[in-house]
Amino acid sequence: MRTKVLGAALLLAGAAWAGGASAQGVPISVLAGNCVGCHGIDGVSRGPAAPSIAGMSRVYFVNAMLSYKYGKDLEKIEAAAKKLKIDPDDVEGHERLATVMDRMAKGYSDEEIGALADYFVGKKHVAAVQSFDAALAAKGKRVHEDACEKCHENGGRKGDGSGTLAGQWMPYLNHSIMDFNAGHRGMPKKMRANMKDLTDKDFEALVHFYASQK
Amino acid sequence: MTYNISRRGFVVAAGTAGLALAAPGFAIAQGKKKVVIVGGGIGGCTVASYVRMGDPSIEVTLIEPNKTYHTCFMSNEVIGGDRKLESIAFGYDGVRKRGVNVVHDTVTGIDPAARTVKTAGGGSYGYDRLVVAPGIDFKWGGIEGYDAATAEKIPHAWKAGPQTAMLRKQLESMRDGGTVVICPPPAPFRCPPGPYERASLIAGYLKQHKPKSKVLILDASATFSKQGLFIGGWKELYGYGTPNSLIEWVSGEQTDRGIGKVDAGKMTVTTKFGDTHKADVLNLIPAQKAGKIATDAGLTGTGDWCPVDMATFESKIHKGIHVIGDASVATGMPKSGYSANSQAKVTAAAIVALLKGQQPGTPSYVNTCYSVVGKNYGISVANVYQLGQDDKGAQVIKAVSGGVSPASASAEFRRREVEYAHSWFANITHDVFG
Repeated sequence: MRTKVLGAALLLAGAAWAGGASAQGVPISVLAGNCVGCHGIDGVSRGPAAPSIAGMSRVYFVNAMLSYKYGKDLEKIEAAAKKLKIDPDDVEGHERLATVMDRMAKGYSDEEIGALADYFVGKKHVAAVQSFDAALAAKGKRVHEDACEKCHENGGRKGDGSGTLAGQWMPYLNHSIMDFNAGHRGMPKKMRANMKDLTDKDFEALVHFYASQK
Repeated sequence: MTYNISRRGFVVAAGTAGLALAAPGFAIAQGKKKVVIVGGGIGGCTVASYVRMGDPSIEVTLIEPNKTYHTCFMSNEVIGGDRKLESIAFGYDGVRKRGVNVVHDTVTGIDPAARTVKTAGGGSYGYDRLVVAPGIDFKWGGIEGYDAATAEKIPHAWKAGPQTAMLRKQLESMRDGGTVVICPPPAPFRCPPGPYERASLIAGYLKQHKPKSKVLILDASATFSKQGLFIGGWKELYGYGTPNSLIEWVSGEQTDRGIGKVDAGKMTVTTKFGDTHKADVLNLIPAQKAGKIATDAGLTGTGDWCPVDMATFESKIHKGIHVIGDASVATGMPKSGYSANSQAKVTAAAIVALLKGQQPGTPSYVNTCYSVVGKNYGISVANVYQLGQDDKGAQVIKAVSGGVSPASASAEFRRREVEYAHSWFANITHDVFG
């Protein structure tokens, strides 16, 4: 008897909800909440390696997520970008080596990726608190100005479609450089050309420079 | 001190009534909405914080007996000697700063009809929505010669804290050439990869400090979480499968599903099949069920765990009560800290909506379990989930993407997974405890 009453109550509740509802999406506190465990509250990571994703370029965020989701399928990436009002020319479908992000990104619709981008792009980037070598950072500043500043503007703070380098966690910067150089991560032609001219010592200095940026 | 929330609630209600005069159409008698949370673990602290963030007008009270919480995740690094116990200890000041009223007391009764919670300290707390997040309790009995008192000598270390420290100490005192016996419980249990990560990190310690010793796993199950990856790691790091292996795993098929008898004096365990093994350090992890208060409140029904509507985690037995984390039946998700954290966010959003008379949104769930197999060697399972149905139409939480780390990955990949495991630890504990 009791089950029957409970069942009826559930049915009623269901009916009430169905009446009020046009397909409601995932609340942003839940959707973005899924990223917080690794990337930190508001996308500001406490390290030691997981990158901060707060306040980054929307194009970069979407490009990264679509690349993790679709791999090399440029057609799908471009179609998704268009849906999210991003110029398909800006998403180059760069393959990215991932540990878990390729497993995660496939779990979200293109629209959810857009909503996540809007949420985290709107958050304030906070520089990682980490120690760095001042002399290396000074050398890195020169390397940066020479080879990187044109796209990673304002000391690597923000650029159209480029990732946040200033104040990013050093282990993550090292992973990225390693992957670019090993061919595990695609990049624009201009970047490839500039990277070719840099030595391991230059890269090390660059990492210290970005770590020094608040 | 007895803290009487109903009196305070009255004062708050009067204050709101005053405001309501200036806001026509507002229900005059309506006071502040109250959410009470039983249990200050990963799920409890997360739901408390996220309800406050979702609607700061809601009064949130979290009731937890202990002033310090030790995370189970990363406690295996303490047991292996790679981490200090203090680094997994968290207090409640951060949760208080988020506007949560934290009360250190033990809940003794839940009255679902009167919507009140009573505590050992004499407190009575009324609620509009209650969240029960008690974690696990152990099923004592079922193993001859083993009970709660035995566990004070033979640590399970499956609730972190003093038990973790005890197991570590016993490992430190063990002679070189000794055998560490780990007995994983029958499924389902908290942290499915946990016993095997523990075996790995203890083997790591033995390899460095007591290389003539070994870890013997007497399993209750025939398969285990991330099995292929663990065994791959054990082969690479601990000589698994060779005569000198630091780890030996005995399948549940050979133990006849676990341990039947313990002799705490002689330090022996006997499998249900009848084989007796002598241990120098014994880590028996007992079978588990939902935390005591959930059972006492009738939230488990006829089973060991609490059935819930997985869209909102509202109990299928008592309306107005949500059960999250290890204690709940969240079919499809492992009983992990990250699952509890994710379920708490779904539940908080649902509670905020329900208290406004709105329909809860669509849930989305996530879980990542990293396991550290050894120095610079990490593996993971990661999934994103949606609410779904199984073949028979029953509600389940369905993985819509994810899986385990690749079987063949570079050393650099495995090294990074340790760095990301530690990043996950830093970020999730900040999310949970502030």
